[in-house]
Amino acid sequence: MSLKRFIATRLITMFAVLMITLLITIALVGSNMDSILKQGVAFQVRSEITDNPKIAESFSSTDEFESFIQTQIDQRIKTLGLDEPWYSPQRIGLTMYKILFLDFGHATFLTSDSGSSDVKEIILEKLPKTILLFTTATIIISVIGIFLGALSGSKVGSIVDRVTSSFAIISSSFPVWWIGMLMIFLFSFVYQIFPARATPLIPSSDPGYIGSLLYHMTLPLITIVIIGFGSWAYLVRNFIVGIMQEDFIIAKKTMGINQKKIVYIHALKNAAPPIITILALSLSGSLGGAIITEAVFDWPGMGRLYFEAISVMDLPVIIGATYVLTVFFLVSIFVADLLYGYFDPRVRTG
Amino acid sequence: MSSVTPQEIKAEFLKSKIGIAGIGILLILILTSITVVVLVPVNTFKQWNNPGNWISYPKVAIPVWVNLFLSEKIPEHKILTTPTVNYDVSGDTSITTHQFGVNFGYDDYPNDFIYQFSAKYSGTPLFQMDVIRPDGLQLKLISTSLPHSDSNSIHSEKIFSTDDTIRKNLYLQSDKFLFPLNNLSAEDIIFSKTEKHEPLKGNYVFLIKVYNDNQENQIPESKLIIGGKAFGMMGTDELRRDLAVGLLWGTPLALFIGLVVAIASVLMGLLYGVYAGYKGKKTDELLMRFNDVIYALPVLPFLIILSVTISNSIFVMIGFLMVFGWVGVAKVARSMSLQIKTRGYVDAANMMGQKDSKIVLRHILPQLLPYAFASIAISVPAAITTEAGLSFLGLGDPSFPTWGQILHDSNVYGAASRGLWWWIMPPGIMIAITGLAFVFIGNALDAIVNPKLKR
Repeated sequence: MSLKRFIATRLITMFAVLMITLLITIALVGSNMDSILKQGVAFQVRSEITDNPKIAESFSSTDEFESFIQTQIDQRIKTLGLDEPWYSPQRIGLTMYKILFLDFGHATFLTSDSGSSDVKEIILEKLPKTILLFTTATIIISVIGIFLGALSGSKVGSIVDRVTSSFAIISSSFPVWWIGMLMIFLFSFVYQIFPARATPLIPSSDPGYIGSLLYHMTLPLITIVIIGFGSWAYLVRNFIVGIMQEDFIIAKKTMGINQKKIVYIHALKNAAPPIITILALSLSGSLGGAIITEAVFDWPGMGRLYFEAISVMDLPVIIGATYVLTVFFLVSIFVADLLYGYFDPRVRTG
Repeated sequence: MSSVTPQEIKAEFLKSKIGIAGIGILLILILTSITVVVLVPVNTFKQWNNPGNWISYPKVAIPVWVNLFLSEKIPEHKILTTPTVNYDVSGDTSITTHQFGVNFGYDDYPNDFIYQFSAKYSGTPLFQMDVIRPDGLQLKLISTSLPHSDSNSIHSEKIFSTDDTIRKNLYLQSDKFLFPLNNLSAEDIIFSKTEKHEPLKGNYVFLIKVYNDNQENQIPESKLIIGGKAFGMMGTDELRRDLAVGLLWGTPLALFIGLVVAIASVLMGLLYGVYAGYKGKKTDELLMRFNDVIYALPVLPFLIILSVTISNSIFVMIGFLMVFGWVGVAKVARSMSLQIKTRGYVDAANMMGQKDSKIVLRHILPQLLPYAFASIAISVPAAITTEAGLSFLGLGDPSFPTWGQILHDSNVYGAASRGLWWWIMPPGIMIAITGLAFVFIGNALDAIVNPKLKR
């Protein structure tokens, strides 16, 4: 398989996944969504008519007036195409088409900080904060992880190696959000250093907002890093251990090149493809985990938005956020696949 | 990989300290689960969400054992149900006496006290409640007549320490105290030294007497609650629930969820992957594309939407976790079966005309068993933490007290920023310990299956 064909099949698969995700999401929330839309239309028509008192005066009885409103509502529903069931092909097609181009409609309950109820605006406001927190965390984690991993991988059985390995194993079985609760307990109750809630209290227009945001970000950042770097180091260690047994490394050793140079230049270079791939994957993986972590720390990002949307059943937001999360997830899987295929041609031949 | 026999695995496993530790923890957890299921009545966990069941328990009480490490002892919450009963008849009147002995050795006053009783009588008996303190002082608390009844009937009542009559009665006895009693609550006066306002340690006796002018005079139900700030081995939460019950019941639930999800999804993945790898060509391509699709679905958002829209029953949740759990195993199983397929004996079996299903089950699957065990052990913690995470978001099954649910409640009531560590630490530690047991076992098995990592 050539690289072009490899990319093409990957792209098609990803697009199919995106469509399937959308379809399942719409299927799951469709009927609720439908009734909410209809209620919205009825409310709109009613308020338009009652805003104009002359219309009401022209009717002799309230029954007549009511039936007039009802026919108006039915007409509006028909022109909007809502009279067909939500699972009719046209409507699902239309909804998917709209969502594909980021038209998620208006949120039922939630608003952005600036007061807009447009789902797209809400998401665009929250997304950068999630990316800020989790990208920073992933970068710190990978730097510490690669360094520690290389160190312990080159000295298998040493104290560093044993401590790193056991820390990795132990930290992997703790839920991040629980460590988050402990950190809040420790650093905002026992030692009052950081705030318990990670949402800055000052409005986002304030010049000090970014500083405050970064200060509020410290505690969640520390938590994610503490839980994350262990397994990274362990992963890198295992790659390095494998590579250190390869012939070319042994040859370099016998040539008398010093150990540090071998580990950090030659071995790490060869471990790069899987490491970069995992980096791409873990970036997107962290976005999924963000839902619970952000809920614990009250970090004003996508995860908390998602959590809030679920607790009040704000369907347009749920659909929009799922779509955006899925797109991110797919793009990073795609990038990871491409990188892997680029670095390791064996993958392409399948 | 395929050269490892079960005997070798066993021998190797017994050599690995980490594996033994894992098995040890797992055994303890299993024993706990069995004990809980056998000994603790099922009713207690069904009552978990029924506030009426926990009414006599204290709010956010610290575990009792904390007192061992403190110089200033925190008052324990006491529920006394077995008084010393006395029944006397002298002349026309009958007297029923209930005595509660309270050993009070703490450095703070109790929160409150409640006397809950039901009396069986006819006529109009007189109810009297006194307390005899360690210094011999007897304080009158309340003296009142119970509602009149012609026939022999049962009257139930609760007397709270906040009752105005009790406070007034105590103020009337203020000459026994050397400090002003103004604005002090009843329990602060009763449990105080007379010379200054400090808790008085020693044995207190609460004396309840019911006088009646006929002989029908019984107290079938009698319960004295001394409200404290410490209770039980694990403390209580905001809703007065005994956390020990929730933590204990969480063990069998977590093991059940983890094991069922892990075993089922590994089996599914194994069969799927092996079949795809063995069949090859178009079937393989098709099955693997489907695998790619499931693999690329964002798991957590999907689990959340599913539990919100379909059902949050724990069994449905287990099903959803399986749906997302088998994908990774299928990929590895496929590539392994691609290798095994090329071996001579599989070809031979094929040429002898054996059925595909038989070749897969007899010749390929057994080779993958060590890998399967390792991946079961490794997938258990993931299943447990995912379920805990969903429960933590408030999407769990409310009828079962899982560890995630306890943590959800603690987060809702802001336990972390209020410093209620006994509500946060134990459930998380239990999740981590359970996870560790399986991670240890999985790691030990993994080291046997992939010997390259051992060095």
